[in-house]
Amino acid sequence: MLTVQALHLWRGDRHVLRGVSFTLDAGNCALLTGRNGAGKTTLLRAIAGLLEPEEGQVLWRGEPARKTRDTFHTQLAYLGHEPALKGDLTGRENLRYSVGIRRPVIAAEIDAALTRTGAVEFADRQVRTLSAGQRRRIALAGVLLANATLWLLDEPTTNLDANGQQLVAEIAAEHLARQGLIVAAVHHSLPLPPDQVVDIELAA
Amino acid sequence: MKSDEYTVAWLVARRDLRLAFRKPSQLIQPLMFFMIVATLFPLTLTPELSRLRDAAPGVLWVGALLSSLLALEFLFREDAQDGTLEQFALSGQSLTWMLFAKTCTHWLLTGVPLAISAPLAAGALGVPLSAMPALVAALLLGSFAMSLTGSISAGLTLGARRGGVLLSLLTLPLAVPILVFGANATQRAITGDDIAPPMYMLGAIAVLGATLAPLAAAAAVRIGLE
Repeated sequence: MLTVQALHLWRGDRHVLRGVSFTLDAGNCALLTGRNGAGKTTLLRAIAGLLEPEEGQVLWRGEPARKTRDTFHTQLAYLGHEPALKGDLTGRENLRYSVGIRRPVIAAEIDAALTRTGAVEFADRQVRTLSAGQRRRIALAGVLLANATLWLLDEPTTNLDANGQQLVAEIAAEHLARQGLIVAAVHHSLPLPPDQVVDIELAA
Repeated sequence: MKSDEYTVAWLVARRDLRLAFRKPSQLIQPLMFFMIVATLFPLTLTPELSRLRDAAPGVLWVGALLSSLLALEFLFREDAQDGTLEQFALSGQSLTWMLFAKTCTHWLLTGVPLAISAPLAAGALGVPLSAMPALVAALLLGSFAMSLTGSISAGLTLGARRGGVLLSLLTLPLAVPILVFGANATQRAITGDDIAPPMYMLGAIAVLGATLAPLAAAAAVRIGLE
């Protein structure tokens, strides 16, 4: 469903992505590995369409993602380095706005997602009073609520405790079981069924 | 199912309004700046009302322009830093429309309070009461146009390290017509002339800005996110 064709991308005068290609079918997960600066985040942002590659293209359901950008984006959830939460709003308010912009959402759905990611007990506190791990859990609830087919996760387990890392693996496995796709940049491999995982090592 | 455009605009606006009321200092700062500039002039120039009245349009409009430049800094910066703009760009909704909603909210929070409180400062400059409604109307239109043109520069300077100076440099040339017609409208209101011609021009600039500026701002923000 997702095809990345020979992506080349420069950041300034650095040739970061040197012909990255892979194909991902429904229900599969691509794990991007590589040392710091190898271009994991760059590749995720290029797939999302935030960066324009100098060469190559991203195909979604056989069509160039750039041409069908808005449709592609409604089927995509991106979890970046920054959890994109407002410190002065509570977790619940943050989700109500950020998810509501994408699709109509009711309070019960938000509650269910927050419960799933173990964030419900601190969802009514202002986000700036929360720890980095707690913010991550709220951001993960946002990914669940996006109702997206393709998840792009940038270091999803950062700042999470052992329990939280387990949670990420569970949520990811459930998403794959729903025929979803995941592209994740990781330092530690996620415990997922091996036949559903494509390993991609980036070297720059 | 996607949220419709009006819901999107409403949510963007509501979020910004709520954030603004939780952190009011950011809003009060540009307004305070305007009031201080406008009220310091009578102290330094001359206490002669007729001469102050001559300087009033210039003082009020330059003050409003500088205050709007100050406020523009807050338009996109925070959202760019915390990843909110990125999520806007990836939401599958029109970025143009979302930024238009953001800019209108920004004007509601900075331009409108400035226009409404301008008669206080104008009074100190010897502007007659009869000119006040025209002054408020001109400032409402003018600040709306300034917010819109400023949104382009704010988008363009997202990627720059020290965007503040660049932001002012980029916005000033675009804001000059607004300044000229705005000050002229105020001048005519004070002398009791017909204010329609400069007001029509201000209106035209505001409409042009509302039509084109969000498109340019969205393109600029997409570049800024790279």
